[in-house]
Amino acid sequence: MKSRKDGGDRLFQAAMMGFALIIVLLIVGIITELTRSSMLSIKHFGFSFFTGMTWDPVFENFGALPFIYGTLVTSLVALLIAVPIGVGTAIYLAEYAPPFLRKSMSLLVDLLAAIPSVVYGLWAIFELVPLMRTNIQPFLGKYLGFLPFFQGPNYGVGMLAASLVLAIMIVPFIISISREVIMTVPHVYKEAAYALGSTRWEAVRSIILSYGKTGILGGVILALGRAIGETMAVTMIIGNNVTISPSLFSPGYTLASVIANEFTEATGNLYLSALIEMGLVLFIVSIIVNMIARMLIWSVTQKQSTGTTLKPRAL
Amino acid sequence: MPIEEVMERQLEINPQAVSKTGESQGLTQEEIKISVKNLHFYYGKHKALENISMDLRPKKVTALIGPSGCGKSTFLRLFNRMNDLIPHARIEGAIRIDGKDIYGKDTDVVELRRKVGMVFQKSTPFTKSIFDNVAYGLKILGLRDKEIIHQIVEKSLRGAALWDEVKDNLSKSALQLSGGQQQRLCIARALAVGPEVLLMDEPCSALDPTATARIEELIFELKKQYTIVIVTHNMQQAARVSDETGFLFLGKLIEFGNTDKIFTKPDNPMTESYVTGRFG
Repeated sequence: MKSRKDGGDRLFQAAMMGFALIIVLLIVGIITELTRSSMLSIKHFGFSFFTGMTWDPVFENFGALPFIYGTLVTSLVALLIAVPIGVGTAIYLAEYAPPFLRKSMSLLVDLLAAIPSVVYGLWAIFELVPLMRTNIQPFLGKYLGFLPFFQGPNYGVGMLAASLVLAIMIVPFIISISREVIMTVPHVYKEAAYALGSTRWEAVRSIILSYGKTGILGGVILALGRAIGETMAVTMIIGNNVTISPSLFSPGYTLASVIANEFTEATGNLYLSALIEMGLVLFIVSIIVNMIARMLIWSVTQKQSTGTTLKPRAL
Repeated sequence: MPIEEVMERQLEINPQAVSKTGESQGLTQEEIKISVKNLHFYYGKHKALENISMDLRPKKVTALIGPSGCGKSTFLRLFNRMNDLIPHARIEGAIRIDGKDIYGKDTDVVELRRKVGMVFQKSTPFTKSIFDNVAYGLKILGLRDKEIIHQIVEKSLRGAALWDEVKDNLSKSALQLSGGQQQRLCIARALAVGPEVLLMDEPCSALDPTATARIEELIFELKKQYTIVIVTHNMQQAARVSDETGFLFLGKLIEFGNTDKIFTKPDNPMTESYVTGRFG
């Protein structure tokens, strides 16, 4: 009798393996192509590409530092704004909110994550930027103007506006992941804390946050990865100016924005190659950030799935 | 202030005097530690407990037995208002501890839970060191004096018969202890905040016979100072450790009385068939 394993099953297995291999080939292909195409720029500028302050297409002198600076600053400021809001909301949803609110709020949060970034950009141009110019930035300048971050001319567009939009865009990620992580904390531990006379906040602080901190950190880093790579909304409101200024009011530029803006105009080979090298840098930074995040989240779900019936949640 | 109460109870109490009052306690109404009156409890529309009344005596072990799902754990969790955390749970009737209705409007739940300690079915050591596990309750009460904390931690670990095994490794993670040690650590953690009542929800169900025997010996020691309510599946255990036993079935208290009587000549035929193993 012919075994059923011989025919269809083998074929199916081979086909599925083929599909999975495509993913691997894609990643390898992207890295190879990016490296190959940026070779010209890598050879020409060497390490000074990362320290160069000028971006001059006419004389073909390219340095990436202002873009790296703009990317890092907008992403980090976005995190500073988004982490307290995100983690706080997650704690509220997982621990305090009544069930009906928990469900509807979680739905809204997921909806927020589904809005295309160009829509955020449009909203920012027509609503946020005027508000920044007339209210927020004058206020910050008046009361915190002694700090170098809140000085200089007030255009409305700039790094602070970009950071705010980024913060709004990554908050849903932080909420979702933190909420999932908090929910994996076994209920018996919370009860044990309450049974010792903990208040809610004490139970949250000493049990939930201490069990969940690695996972929440993973979620934050994942959000950071998204902020670093975000292109459209940032390009629309950051001002696109190649400078390094400590002031958040000042316009800036990011790696992703400059690629999006200048790709069509890149005429010279070296110009194109320099832009592709920026892409390579962005790609590698994103991969590293994502890997760190996934390892942190994985370590949490592993730790908590041993000894309890909870399974690690896929993220 | 709860913190002063804890320190007073932990540091100045004279163990002899305590056990003496324990010995001399009579059966007058004044010496009822926990009084349950016409208690009904609902999960939403489902009635989990029906019209339970019983009086628990101080410094005695009261066992609650009954088949799975009879409501004995639910009942136990009412004594420290653990069921408050469950949405749609509702209680009627009264539970008085030292004459004070714990479901009354002026009850401070956090303070109640300090006074009424609980040990769970599954040991729940926090991912902290052995020392920090026991000190947890003291720290949230705001106790900062390191020396006093150390004293109370030692006393609590001794009280839970764990001190000799862990005294050289107090900074070791609590997760490295064996199952039985973890459960005794949880008892020490509960003792540290100076409770008067200890609730035990099947404390031995996850333990091997040797570890179980140690916990049972410990219960015998603890009842000199604490009023203990223990839920157990294991009828031999109830017979061994308790002074009084309540038999619950389908949310009703079928019979409550002296343990010897419940296990040898119970009044209710249903109790008899349960304790002799004919159902459950």
